[in-house]
Amino acid sequence: MKITADSPPVLSVLDRPNSYIGRAVPRPNLQRLTQGRGQYISDVTLPRMAHVAYLRSPHAHARIVSISAEAAKKALGVVAVVTGAELAKVMTPWVGVLTHLKGIKSAPQSPIAVERACWQGEAVCAVVARTRAQAEDACELIDIAYEELPAVTNPETALDASTPVIHASLGDNLCFERKLDVGEVDKAFAGSHAVVEATFVTGRHTGVCTEPRAVVADWNEGEQRMTVYHATQAPHMMQNLFAKHLDLSESQVRVLTKDVGGSFGIKVHTYADEMATVALSKLLKRPVKFVADRIESFVTDIHARDHRIKGKIGVTKDGVITAFEIDDLTGIGPYSVYPRTSGIEANQVVNLTGGPYNCPNYRAQARVVFQNKNVMCQYRAVGHPIAVAVTEGLVELAAAKIGMDPLEIRRRNLFPDDGYPAQTASGLKLEQLSHHEALAHLDTMINYAALRAEQAALRKKGIYRGIGFASFIEVTNPSAAFYGVGGAKITSQDGATVKLDAQGAITIHSGVTEQGQGAEAVLAQCVASSFGVSMERVRVVTGDTDNTPYGGGTWASRAAGIGGEAAWQAGKALRGNVLAVAGAMLQAKPEDLDIRNGIVVDKITGAERLGLDELARVAYFRPDTLPPGFQAELMVTRHYVPRAWPFAFTNGIQASYLEVDTDTGFVKLLRHWCVEDCGTIINPQLVNEQIRGGVVQGIGAALFEQCLYDERGQMLNGNMADYLVPMAVEMPDIDCGHVVSPTADSELGAKGAGEAGTAGAPACIMNAINDALRPLGAQPLTDMPFTPGKILQALGKV
Amino acid sequence: MKPAPFAYKKARSLDEAIALLGENPDARLLAGGQSLVATLNMRLSAPGLLIAINGIGGLDGIAHKGGAVEIGALTRHCAAERSDAVGKHAPLIARAMPFIGHPAIRNRGTLGGSIAFADPAAELPACLLALDGEIDAQGPKGKRTIKAGDYFKGLYETALGPQEILTAIRLPAANAGSRVGFAELARRHGDYAIVGLAASARADGKGLKDVRLAYFGVGNTPLRAEKSEAALARGDVDGAVAALDLDPHDDIQATGAVKKHLAGVLLRRVAAQLMEQRP
Repeated sequence: MKITADSPPVLSVLDRPNSYIGRAVPRPNLQRLTQGRGQYISDVTLPRMAHVAYLRSPHAHARIVSISAEAAKKALGVVAVVTGAELAKVMTPWVGVLTHLKGIKSAPQSPIAVERACWQGEAVCAVVARTRAQAEDACELIDIAYEELPAVTNPETALDASTPVIHASLGDNLCFERKLDVGEVDKAFAGSHAVVEATFVTGRHTGVCTEPRAVVADWNEGEQRMTVYHATQAPHMMQNLFAKHLDLSESQVRVLTKDVGGSFGIKVHTYADEMATVALSKLLKRPVKFVADRIESFVTDIHARDHRIKGKIGVTKDGVITAFEIDDLTGIGPYSVYPRTSGIEANQVVNLTGGPYNCPNYRAQARVVFQNKNVMCQYRAVGHPIAVAVTEGLVELAAAKIGMDPLEIRRRNLFPDDGYPAQTASGLKLEQLSHHEALAHLDTMINYAALRAEQAALRKKGIYRGIGFASFIEVTNPSAAFYGVGGAKITSQDGATVKLDAQGAITIHSGVTEQGQGAEAVLAQCVASSFGVSMERVRVVTGDTDNTPYGGGTWASRAAGIGGEAAWQAGKALRGNVLAVAGAMLQAKPEDLDIRNGIVVDKITGAERLGLDELARVAYFRPDTLPPGFQAELMVTRHYVPRAWPFAFTNGIQASYLEVDTDTGFVKLLRHWCVEDCGTIINPQLVNEQIRGGVVQGIGAALFEQCLYDERGQMLNGNMADYLVPMAVEMPDIDCGHVVSPTADSELGAKGAGEAGTAGAPACIMNAINDALRPLGAQPLTDMPFTPGKILQALGKV
Repeated sequence: MKPAPFAYKKARSLDEAIALLGENPDARLLAGGQSLVATLNMRLSAPGLLIAINGIGGLDGIAHKGGAVEIGALTRHCAAERSDAVGKHAPLIARAMPFIGHPAIRNRGTLGGSIAFADPAAELPACLLALDGEIDAQGPKGKRTIKAGDYFKGLYETALGPQEILTAIRLPAANAGSRVGFAELARRHGDYAIVGLAASARADGKGLKDVRLAYFGVGNTPLRAEKSEAALARGDVDGAVAALDLDPHDDIQATGAVKKHLAGVLLRRVAAQLMEQRP
């Protein structure tokens, strides 16, 4: 079953009379946001609110000898100057480890550095003032004496005996190590017709959110309660962490998350400066606001993807992949990030490498080492772009080596569409994927044969175009297997509360959050469809731990698949309750009735029987007229958590068509395609927007984005002029296609779609560049980002 | 990213602005603010006083007179971009305009500001040098005119005195024999170029004469490539590339070696532009 963006929705069991499932309806929050009436943290202003600016370490590693703040304390508008030692009396430190990552270790991290700063950008002192400008002015008056310590900045030598150990208590600079050896790898390589080895580098980069990280914390001494307005993906997780480290009960903490200006996994972690802001509010007994500016964002927002992977693939002459082997080395920050850890990314690389292919022989090693650089953690499509780059890079290099077409080698190795359930060599359980159908769809979409003919014709004219592919699998809808089993208070279940108001309209409270991706639209679509009203009659409330069901928030492509299913079930349950009232009022059997477009109708004939406004009026104001003993229940809650499968894997394949200017090394992207399978598509427009946005972030990784550090641990390009994010002008048209294999784990059957684009795009661009340059005898490019300099070097021109 | 405190005065006349500069050695002029405000917010500079000159009359406008195009210092990039006079009589400026930042920057930024700031990676200083233009300045001792070749002194350093204000730039108007060329390589449209080249020449039969090549993004100032100019005038493109004596430093986007290679590529492309033009 295929759905393309412009085709009408395909009828399914989900197609109730006024169903919104599969329809590209506009998001209900569109008008509010486009009129500038959203509520971001910067919009929050409270009485007596002060602003904090953090003085940050200019050194990658330094002992804090002394902090002289007398002048700053007397400066205009200053409320307080607070050091790490002072804040340590209010908030306890944390350690970013999980029990299911065997052996992972890290050191206690404080909200503000105490005695020692471990990366350039770590907060060493807080200045709270009436305005942010006054706080920044006062920061300049603080004199901190540092004793510089040697900085560990090269992952390759981080474990050498001669390298200083960042945290003496840990014994070495190793955070986490994982080894895997499945099947008979050596035998498989020995029996291969060709073995290809390559070293891949994925550049350290970050997710640049339109709205920077931001928080307003408001400790109410009278109520003994902390209210935190927070640009976060996971309000309930943060509620737990704020409470835990302030020694409060969770009931004493309320986290409010209204509009968030993009997050991409950046805003699902514990940040020292955000924790410090909350602690400062408790200490000072007044509201404190922190909004990270662009410069401090670059040295404090988590970085990701700093990996060097040695990869090896074996193939027979028929193109059958015999084995994969990888050795991954990744340099994180000085601390494993709390609570998800900085080990998950490498763990995912081990899990996902080779993922699309039916190859039983796999050996992997991953080492995660501490560095005196900004912290590194999970960013959109955690680990996927790395694993896909290695896997797909090796597959296309192997294909080239044996002279096989890159789509043909995939056809010969992808898990067969009729062979599910299946399991990857690394042990991932796959419910139902559609690699071959997706590949066939892509082949047609891109008109592959014609594209190859055009490429060949242009080569004769000295124009070098490349076609690259990347098959991928993507983790979505995570169960407790992701974090819960490791001891983190990160819930994988989610809930939805749906109520009928006194005028017959619907309000849904959901535990997932809106980050700009359209989660609220999906929730409204699900409830409107399963209950039976138009979307205009549905109001969505998210991001309030006092009022929404306990939930995980938005991460790992879970909002639609998990939050949407809870909403669907809640709407269905409320429909049952409303029809019970209608049955009582109409002296009819509830099962003979339905709700369509907000009206109770006769299920068979569709004849209108009762308006919801009238039903609500009676239920709320004249319940005395209902039969004795009958109680209307017009508010219901339903929860959902995936149970049958640890993750709802999705799959897909991308293609890139690009042109390399062999004189300048510049790459011009001509077109990009993605065919993916996220199961049931609730809103095709939002899915395609997710795919396209994800592809663009993947293109950023392939061509533009990299956090550059020198050997002393100084970030060299921490501003928007020097750190290049992909911009619209350079982006190609991105065509999306879909195959639909619903998960049977939920009634909706929806899987996630938020990360597929990012997962596959970097590998796809890499393969296309190498395809373009292959006839020129260029060394394969495997070191991202592919700058003009690297391409010129591969061509031997510089 | 909040600027350090500063005072602000709006000058009503050039004389007032010049006097204010004299009274406040740590003052800066504010015109379009497209470079200055960013440095203020990043606390890379902290002047005690900003003297806004946007309200001073007579400093904007584009005029074609006496074989020259005169562009007032406060002329916004967007005005030059849309100007028929610039398109017809200063085609090099017209070619360079779309490469300067983004529309929002061009709406506010001024030509005078760009020349006064003299960013070595900016387009307009190189265009001025390629065209052998002139800078009009006014200071406490009156008005003077500075040749482009004498104007760019070092990194963000110009011949302007501390109390002098750039009032206009003047470019020789193009005629039938004029040839211009412009190309730059930036990672993303609107970025400062890794390397760029502005060029002018005069047609000489089938060849070229008076070739002026001004590179940007390869040194502390826009740089002439005089040996290459001579080779190009001889019609020797390969020789012109071989004669390039630039020695660019490494920066974040490219090594010096890459910049030098790209400078050669641009030379070939701009040479083709110069030779292909048929007015």
